[in-house]
Amino acid sequence: MAEIAEAAPQRVAARPRLRGAASLLGTVPFFAYVTIFLIIPTLVVAIGAFTGDGGHGFTLDNVRALADEYIIAAFGRSVLLSALSALFGAVFGGLLAYAVSTAKPGGLLRRVVTALSGVLAQFGGVTLAFAFLATIGLSGFVTVWLQDHTGFYIFENGVWLFELPGLVLIYTYFQIPLMVIVFLPALDGIRPQWREATENLGGTTWQYWTRVAGPLLAPAFLGSALLLFANAFSAYATAAALVSQGSPIIPLQIRGALTSEVVLGQANLGKAMALGMVVVVAIVMTLYSLLQKRTSKWLG
Amino acid sequence: MAGVIARRAGKQRAFRWVVLILLGVFFALPMAAMVEFSTRTPGTWSLLADWSRLNETYPALAEGIIASLEQAALTALLMLVLLVPTAIWVRLRLPRLRRLVEFLCLLPLTIPAIVLVVGLAPVYAWVNYFVGGNSLTLVFAYTILVLPYAYRAIDAGLSAIDVNTLAEAARGLGAGWFTVMWRVVLPNIRSAVLSAAFLTVALVLGEFTIASLLHRTNLQVAIEFLGKSSATMSVAVSLTALLLAFVLLLLLSLVGSTRRVKK
Repeated sequence: MAEIAEAAPQRVAARPRLRGAASLLGTVPFFAYVTIFLIIPTLVVAIGAFTGDGGHGFTLDNVRALADEYIIAAFGRSVLLSALSALFGAVFGGLLAYAVSTAKPGGLLRRVVTALSGVLAQFGGVTLAFAFLATIGLSGFVTVWLQDHTGFYIFENGVWLFELPGLVLIYTYFQIPLMVIVFLPALDGIRPQWREATENLGGTTWQYWTRVAGPLLAPAFLGSALLLFANAFSAYATAAALVSQGSPIIPLQIRGALTSEVVLGQANLGKAMALGMVVVVAIVMTLYSLLQKRTSKWLG
Repeated sequence: MAGVIARRAGKQRAFRWVVLILLGVFFALPMAAMVEFSTRTPGTWSLLADWSRLNETYPALAEGIIASLEQAALTALLMLVLLVPTAIWVRLRLPRLRRLVEFLCLLPLTIPAIVLVVGLAPVYAWVNYFVGGNSLTLVFAYTILVLPYAYRAIDAGLSAIDVNTLAEAARGLGAGWFTVMWRVVLPNIRSAVLSAAFLTVALVLGEFTIASLLHRTNLQVAIEFLGKSSATMSVAVSLTALLLAFVLLLLLSLVGSTRRVKK
């Protein structure tokens, strides 16, 4: 009897610890999977960026090679493309989101626009490139129509569709709906009472937008624009399908480094460029989450 | 005051329609152009509807379509098997790990797909070695790619119910952990699971980067390849793929809105 009484507390004490260990076992498949297909690839990129061409030894050569003129230029064009498409997307998407937010809250218009935005924001990639080839390609619908009816040829000063202006236009197509999705909640956080309060105090519409709504919405707007920037910066498929010659932007440079493995020393340079992309996106996303925190203070 | 509000509502309505019409034209134009472009050569659409003839004329396209459908189904399955039990388990038994799991699931948002490809190349050398170079092996990478979206959907579903109370009640009545997950929690987050699966299918059907750079085939790779030989056909297939994704994601938003209504 005494033995049992002595043993019992021990067993009780031992069980939670055992349970804790057994509980951890339940997460092993997930962590193992994520390690193999996410952590290891990330490490391969990070380590490869600092590894010599023979696969041995630490070197800064790859990172230093990023300073090459053509890579700097590609990074610059990538940043410009992302910034411009984010700017257009943020402005037009912001206007669209505001237009929707003034409509009836549970109305048809709002539901249709948000549903379509959800779909169109995902509409990147090869199909979007072909859609624009059909629209303003050399024999595209709009190109031909304009030439037949107004005599205006849109490519008079060169075929800009396959260059930066074309990419900005096409990227804007998926940036606007993304802006609607991410910015609409902030607009919904604006209380009509704030406007009424402004008017009761004698404020004009202009004052309401510059003194009340503008400053309140600014962090959310800026944050959304940053998300759009990261989205465009990471995009690859549309540009890859559209541009088959030359590599104007960084993702296409990485494609070049990956596919021309015959050229010695390109593989780890590709990893250095990839690491550069991660750094840029990580900085942007960090700023985004900081702004998100600020936004939620007022607009929840 | 009432007059001011009425006047403002009128102005807002005018503004709303101007914005909607202008942007509507911008968004509809490429779709209309695709319809026009793909009907220039007669027989394109009838060829697309006739599977056996399509298979004969464009074998690579048929192969890509089948590959993508299989990849989508398998990715959704793998994602659910991996994510749902883990998410429930972490909520019930290991709340301290929740931040870590969330961080890992959202990490792919910060790592562009093109970067992931660079790092995946050596991992896939091993995959090839063990299970061969079949295009279905892309499912492993796709599951990572869809993690952020699927996690958010499932996490939102779990947050909407009281998992702990449900589990305790079931446990109190003598249910095992498997029963708790399969027969108690899962039926309660059905719409969230459905959202995650739909999103996964839509994302996989649109994936190009990883498949193209790892030299595997799928629908998008096939469309891109087709674009080099037959522009009309490639636009027709693009439009079809797009409509398919449209239907999927609209279904998804319907599922999402019914859930919200219930709550």
